[in-house]
Amino acid sequence: MSSVTELRPRTPAETRLLQLAEAQGENENVRRPAIEALRREGLPTRRVEAWHYTDLRQLMGKRLGEESAIEALRESGETVLEPFLHGSSIVDLGTSEGSHLPKGVSVAKSDERSDWKVTPNRLDRSIDTIRALNSAFGANSSAITVEAGAAPDHAIELRPGVGLSGHAHTRVSLGAKAKATFVERLDGNAQGAPSTGVTELHLGEGSEVLWIVDQEKGLDAVHLGQLHVRLEADSLFRLFVLNAGGGLVRYEVHTDVVGEGADIQMRGVNLIRDGQHIDVTTTLNHTVPNTTATETFRNVVTGGHGVFQGIIKVARGAQKTDAKLACNSLLLSDEGDFSAKPELEIFADDVVCGHGATAGEIDADHLFYLMSRGIPADKARALLIKAFVTEVVEELEDEALQYVLEARIDDWLSANG
Amino acid sequence: MLEIKNLHARVAEEGTEILRGVDLTVKDGEIAAIMGPNGSGKSTLSYILAGREDYEVTEGDILYNGESILEMDPAERAASGIFLAFQYPLEIPGVATMTFLKTALNAQRKARGEDELTTPEFMRRVKSSAADLQINPDMLKRPLNVGFSGGEKKRAEILQMALLEPKLCVMDETDSGLDIDALKIVADGVNALRSAERSFLVITHYQRLLDYIVPDTVHVLYKGRIIKTGDKDLALKLENEGYSQIIDEAA
Ligand SMILES: Nc1ncnc2c1ncn2[C@@H]1O[C@H](COP(=O)(O)OP(=O)(O)OP(=O)(O)O)[C@@H](O)[C@H]1O
Ligand SMILES: [Mg+2]
Repeated sequence: MSSVTELRPRTPAETRLLQLAEAQGENENVRRPAIEALRREGLPTRRVEAWHYTDLRQLMGKRLGEESAIEALRESGETVLEPFLHGSSIVDLGTSEGSHLPKGVSVAKSDERSDWKVTPNRLDRSIDTIRALNSAFGANSSAITVEAGAAPDHAIELRPGVGLSGHAHTRVSLGAKAKATFVERLDGNAQGAPSTGVTELHLGEGSEVLWIVDQEKGLDAVHLGQLHVRLEADSLFRLFVLNAGGGLVRYEVHTDVVGEGADIQMRGVNLIRDGQHIDVTTTLNHTVPNTTATETFRNVVTGGHGVFQGIIKVARGAQKTDAKLACNSLLLSDEGDFSAKPELEIFADDVVCGHGATAGEIDADHLFYLMSRGIPADKARALLIKAFVTEVVEELEDEALQYVLEARIDDWLSANG
Repeated sequence: MLEIKNLHARVAEEGTEILRGVDLTVKDGEIAAIMGPNGSGKSTLSYILAGREDYEVTEGDILYNGESILEMDPAERAASGIFLAFQYPLEIPGVATMTFLKTALNAQRKARGEDELTTPEFMRRVKSSAADLQINPDMLKRPLNVGFSGGEKKRAEILQMALLEPKLCVMDETDSGLDIDALKIVADGVNALRSAERSFLVITHYQRLLDYIVPDTVHVLYKGRIIKTGDKDLALKLENEGYSQIIDEAA
């Protein structure tokens, strides 16, 4: 655990982050150790494997605002936002307050903090970068509970605070056989300040969660998020990540499957244009027998940089694990690129695991077929790009949700396709 | 309708010459059958008519209603009335069949300066054509051609043809993969489309299709050239004797 502290000059990004962290008012005693750890360790260099493709020191430097902007950040107000899914209850993670919460669901302020000495991403350093930043920024902590057996009929939308308080630490616990949908809404944030979110999601036996991440921040926004999921027996975790905005974004999903019969279905679409750096990093960690997981990310790149790192880990004894992951990228311009790093780490012998990453352009034969029916080139291309991402949206098998996601994807494609 | 003049074409990427001086004229309302051994260039000719970019025309011209189409892209050719029923129709995951049909139909109408079809009118046309071709409407809820059997794909091509109402229908081995009943259904569908203003280029290996869709002319394509032209009896002769005599005569 101990690290040889490198003596190197602080980068502008590091200096700026420390200033911003110091400017926070609350939770001094929690923030202090994290700030000191960051002061000591700095941001990860590219030699830290977990951050090899996302060089925070360099990428953040360009995107954090001037010191004079702190006051403006402190004052930046609420934005009015329609819920992502019609009729959702809204939980403000800046204040731990919920409105119109369904029966069986409660929200409270919590003293629990994200423990940055725990590194769910085994490739990170002795401190977990996102958690350390989350603590250093004094994230407000909330505890959300869904009682055993509760099955609210509408979604619960989680909204982080804005400006300097765009940092949330959230524990979400589902009792046995509970069933709920959550939308993590990552939308426009004040320019110049990073936002961070750390969520601990605990699925009790036989419970089910659909977790939607809607990340549509402004093109100058910096967001670092982490979702750490623990699955008890027979639970089902479904995830859909939409990245359709943000300047520098890293979203980590780390799952620990600790109960037999648990199932994970992760899907995501990353839409990336020039000036963006979008990183999705995931871990499927199977530690008991008879669990299943599928994971598919589809990326459309018209510019900028995309990163996907996904590992399937199967512990000794976790027999009959069936886990597959795929990351497919459609590269629409020479200006953009996508780095995909799928990995397997398997210590059991009776498992079915697979991974694959592909990157390519629009299929010329498909384009010809559509055009031969009179569909003009640009429209045919748009249809094929849409088809490429729609395939994963359709796997949600939820018409209302599919409709909302497709509308957002259409907006992006018509603006950037 | 169609005049192909001394057409030479090669694979754009590696330069292999495939068509070596094709001359062929198809009149308005004519049904022309093209036969010929495997690899003689029949599909290549059909792709070049539809405007596929993999092939490069190095000499000659294709006139459609008196005008060269070589500079037109596939969508423009389609809008002007050229339709290719593929030998191997493609599966396109993620593109809903109905969306595709509607987009294609309305894009063509728009290119011709016609109004777009209303959804009910579009649905009515699809349902009626599907019924004629005995296509189960549930199939059309799937992504384009995905999971269709070989014969279902061929029928779906003819459904598209019926909906788009082209002027020049190029059918590349539409009969292959069809069972005996389906062949009859598809042939009926084609015959229903026959008119004085619509021409067909029917590529096939077998007389059986030509029993149902009786051609006005039969052409033999061999090594990138039309080596023999005749009437429907030529197809019968080929059925009995094979290609060797005609190839010898041509040589
Ligand atoms: N893109 C290509 N690259 C290389 N060779 C090609 C290409 N397209 C066609 N060819 C070659 O050109 C020749 C003619 O092919 P084509 O598919 O047109 O034949 P065909 O007459 O349709 O045969 P079949 O009766 O088997 O369908 C073949 O030798 C084929 O291998
Ligand atoms: Mg062929």
